[in-house]
Amino acid sequence: MRNRILLLLTFAFGALIVWNLKNILLGLPDEARQDAVYRILYFHAPAAIVGLTGFGVGMVFSGVYLATKNFYWDTLAAATTEVSLMLATINLVTGSIWGRQQWGVWWAWDARLTSMLVCWLVFAGYLMLRRAIEEPDTRARLCAVVSLFGTVNAWFVYKVIEWFPRLQHPGPVLSFRTGGKIDRQLETPFFWMVLAYLLLAIILIMIRMRQESVAREVDSMRRLAHA
Amino acid sequence: MDFFRQVMVIAAKDLRAELRTKEAINGSLAFSLVILLLFSFAFDPTGDTTREISGGLLWIVFAFAGTLILNRSFARELPNDCLDALIAAPISGAALFLGKAIANYLLLLAMELVSLPIFGIFYNVRWTQRFPELLLVLLLGTWALTVLGTMTSALTVNIRLREVMLPVLVYPMMVPPMMAAMILTTDLLNGNPLGPGNMLWVRVLVGFDVVFTILGVTLIDTVLVG
Repeated sequence: MRNRILLLLTFAFGALIVWNLKNILLGLPDEARQDAVYRILYFHAPAAIVGLTGFGVGMVFSGVYLATKNFYWDTLAAATTEVSLMLATINLVTGSIWGRQQWGVWWAWDARLTSMLVCWLVFAGYLMLRRAIEEPDTRARLCAVVSLFGTVNAWFVYKVIEWFPRLQHPGPVLSFRTGGKIDRQLETPFFWMVLAYLLLAIILIMIRMRQESVAREVDSMRRLAHA
Repeated sequence: MDFFRQVMVIAAKDLRAELRTKEAINGSLAFSLVILLLFSFAFDPTGDTTREISGGLLWIVFAFAGTLILNRSFARELPNDCLDALIAAPISGAALFLGKAIANYLLLLAMELVSLPIFGIFYNVRWTQRFPELLLVLLLGTWALTVLGTMTSALTVNIRLREVMLPVLVYPMMVPPMMAAMILTTDLLNGNPLGPGNMLWVRVLVGFDVVFTILGVTLIDTVLVG
């Protein structure tokens, strides 16, 4: 059953991304000031939205683990954080490329990109901590605490860096935040890309969960053999 | 009332142990001197630019040297299984955490109050002109470092790679309070008062202190006992 859902989601993702790419690359007109390069927006910003949401969701899973002590939630939290970290990496890399094009330098210490970098470092620390602890119970417990700390901290970073006098990003762009003036024609593919990244994240998390459950099974068989 | 007595007992025990050996505080002071020395090669220590970045420099020294104190906080209890005895003692985890945090706080402040005049002499920064306000920033910023550091010290105490994991976890999380403290300190060292222009950063420091103290106190039992 789970395999079938995974397959279905993968097909949906494949179809969606092909259709999106066709729209973005062939359907949309070039932007007046930035020419064709603005299209990186569709890969850059949705990755941040889904990635940051993923860190928050990972924190919720960590909280559930602390409440229930069920390892399923710990694995889910770790998988979610891993995938979110990958999305954050996509965001940082595309942001750097776009910055090189628009601001002339690979890294302009722009406030939002910097806050993403701080989050990236915090959660990279989370994954390093997972590697550093052997014992599953201790690992799950301590990592859940780091996830809680890290996400609350990420919220601080996000707010504080916006006040830091170094913001190069435009103000709110999307229409559901006040002041957004993006054209409907350009905005619709953006939301489809958010959905595409979301599907990708769910697929990767499901694959990661399956790996983990297989690993646990192998581990228990090995223990049985040794016994 | 009992709770506060327990906190104070833990803090006094830690301070007494530290003052007898002086292993963390001496190391931390020597380290802060070395960093101050190294900075002088990185840029011209007499220029006007020094004053513009003075707050940042000072807090980098505090954060780096402070980690030495914070790293020892729980690790000190490992020989002779003292940590197990502390956990088994009839005090709550919160009292243990707050006691250790207060001891670390005082040690960090001592290190800072010694390095501050040295910094002033080496880099020709007039740190006395707004000292009361500067002290407030020191108190607030140092508590943020202390809470994060003490929590991480408890987190990493039992894992291998302890010395590596503490900075990896602490420094990125220190960004919001460090940024606020750096901006405020630079303002104050340049003679600008605290006012509407930079009150926002004082609020950031207070907010961070409150939120992370609450998080630390609630989660310490999970970290130490499970």
